[in-house]
Amino acid sequence: MEMIQFLDPESKVVNFEGFPKLSDGEVKKIYELMVISRMFDDIALKLQREGRLLTYASFLGQEASQIGSAFALEKEDWFLTSYRDHAVWITRGFPLHMLYQYWAGDERGMKIPDNINALPATIPVGTQIPHAVGVAWANKLQGKKSVAVVYFGDGATSKGDFHEGMNFAGVFQVPCVFLCQNNQWAISVPVERQTASETLAQKAAAYGFEGVLVDGNDVFAVYKATKDAIDKARAGKGPTFIECYTYRLESHTTADDWKRYRDVKEVEEWKKRDPVERLKKYMRKKGLWDEKYEEKILNDAKLKVREATQKFESVEPLKPKDMFKYVYETAPEQIQEQMKDFE
Amino acid sequence: MAKINLIQSINSTLRQEMEKDKRVILLGEDVGRNGGVFRVTEGLWQKFGDERVIDTPLAEVGIISVSLGLAVAGMKPVPEVQFDGFSIPMIDQIYNHVSRIRKRSQGKYSAPLVLRVPHGGGIRAYEHHSESLETFFSHIPGLKVVTPSGPYNAKGLLASSIQDPGPVIFLEPKRVYRAIREEVPEKEYTIPLNKAEVVQGGSDITVIAWGAMQKVVREAVSELSSKYSIEIIDLLTLSPLDKKTIINSVKKTGRCVVVQEAPRKCGYGAELAATIQEGAFLNLEAPIARVAGFDIPMPLAKLENYYIPDAARINKEIEKVMSF
Ligand SMILES: Cc1ncc(C[n+]2csc(CCOP(=O)(O)OP(=O)(O)O)c2C)c(N)n1
Ligand SMILES: [Mg+2]
Repeated sequence: MEMIQFLDPESKVVNFEGFPKLSDGEVKKIYELMVISRMFDDIALKLQREGRLLTYASFLGQEASQIGSAFALEKEDWFLTSYRDHAVWITRGFPLHMLYQYWAGDERGMKIPDNINALPATIPVGTQIPHAVGVAWANKLQGKKSVAVVYFGDGATSKGDFHEGMNFAGVFQVPCVFLCQNNQWAISVPVERQTASETLAQKAAAYGFEGVLVDGNDVFAVYKATKDAIDKARAGKGPTFIECYTYRLESHTTADDWKRYRDVKEVEEWKKRDPVERLKKYMRKKGLWDEKYEEKILNDAKLKVREATQKFESVEPLKPKDMFKYVYETAPEQIQEQMKDFE
Repeated sequence: MAKINLIQSINSTLRQEMEKDKRVILLGEDVGRNGGVFRVTEGLWQKFGDERVIDTPLAEVGIISVSLGLAVAGMKPVPEVQFDGFSIPMIDQIYNHVSRIRKRSQGKYSAPLVLRVPHGGGIRAYEHHSESLETFFSHIPGLKVVTPSGPYNAKGLLASSIQDPGPVIFLEPKRVYRAIREEVPEKEYTIPLNKAEVVQGGSDITVIAWGAMQKVVREAVSELSSKYSIEIIDLLTLSPLDKKTIINSVKKTGRCVVVQEAPRKCGYGAELAATIQEGAFLNLEAPIARVAGFDIPMPLAKLENYYIPDAARINKEIEKVMSF
């Protein structure tokens, strides 16, 4: 299967045909999202080291896959993600401080603002995949034009949830886009241990719909593939599976140490394919980037992330009795009793 | 004798059993080169190789159901599920097949496998990484459910579990994986899978707990030791339950508090309370009390310590029962 790529690792345009139609402003916006996301990630790692976040899963190296795809959604579209897709949330306008809040173990960070159609990130791998199929199906049944995009990793493709979700999507032709970030590893297990298939993208064929393989570190390739898949789904032409071929540069989480199972050389090779650098170099050639611009957006990003950390740190502490909230629409007597006892 | 923690104890027992019996194999996510996310299988892949310590695809249902196949056809699989919450989809295969293959084949086959489950809360983990599921497993006929509480009993119980002719769920109290160090003999020994242990004799009240709650209970009641004579029982195995030890104890003390981390409703404590009142009704001086998690999902890390029973809650209940 051929891999869709517009920008090669040297930022040379290798494919003009079908190059996505993005305005200069949109390209800059994507770059700015990459910059702020990377800063968010970096600060999260620092907060974690200081004990202010729980274990944290970095998406370093996967910015193009997450932002390029999320940028293609319309406001009414739905997205469902895993625990590593923070840049998707940032791109869709989710408040940064709430991401920190959730990853600090505060459930209030899971309350999604009214203007965003998403479910809280799921931690059990792959479980969100059939949920997204259901969401897409509901949209179809109600004649709504919105599409569901579901994010998951290479490891998730081993789970029954993935196969069952894909199969339903094919059978019922629902407007769902399956966005798989093949970052080559599931903790310490390489993708070759997940599947004997040559690509993950080819799995879609078995379910009767299109699978595409894209260079997940080329933001234009990711954007184009996602935009096409969303347009197709919206037009009632069914689901698409997209494999973003990318790499997780950090450890699996802060509780993990990649040096136990990966070769330093492999990581160094992938660093050369950094998605943010790749876009930046392209923009410089196009006259969209210079030092002054970089300084300005770094500053803007710093301000926003600082504001987020300050907000995160100054939220009113959770009340212990909040843990009893939301379990039922109306708390049954048994829970009310326990709550009273607790106080 | 060297003092070791639970992780080291389980690790060395796995090594010992694998050396003894070639049929024993380990499989699961990240159990190989990485030694498991808690390092319980550290060094075993290096020692026994890729055919006996196997990193599997990420698929819990696959792991348990292929283990059934492996087990009926001559192997002794010891699958690991990375965290408690991910064992829930496995329950389909465990309930419908693993625990019943002996019955379904009229005794021709059985599934001698040990599912290792890092179990319970208290380690500031993510959602679904801190569940207490012993009731789900204990409810299943045909299954044994084992709950070690420290390095010494973990070793004997794990050896027995691996040698058992049927399927065993081995719930490892991950909160105390590294928190308890005990002297553990190097030589192999077994602890029977139907015996509770009286870890502290007493005459006023019986306190029953298992797994990670044992440590909490022992520390809690030490605060009351000058006031009451407290008997502590560590169940070690939940299924089958050693009724005799608990009933004899409550016959003597007349009072009982059961401590569990899992939600209260339909928890294992309810089974204990029923069993005790059936066996020691005339000796009871007070209702049997339960200290338990609340009937809500395990809260995220910031509030988990308000959920998990602690010394204050346990001792308050003991006082209540003593003054009944
Ligand atoms: C059902 C389930 N099993 C195991 C885990 C533990 N775990 C968390 S992430 C992970 C690897 C996931 O790999 P992949 O799907 O490739 O996503 P990535 O972490 O690489 O983004 C595992 C095994 C889990 N969260 N859920
Ligand atoms: Mg992966």
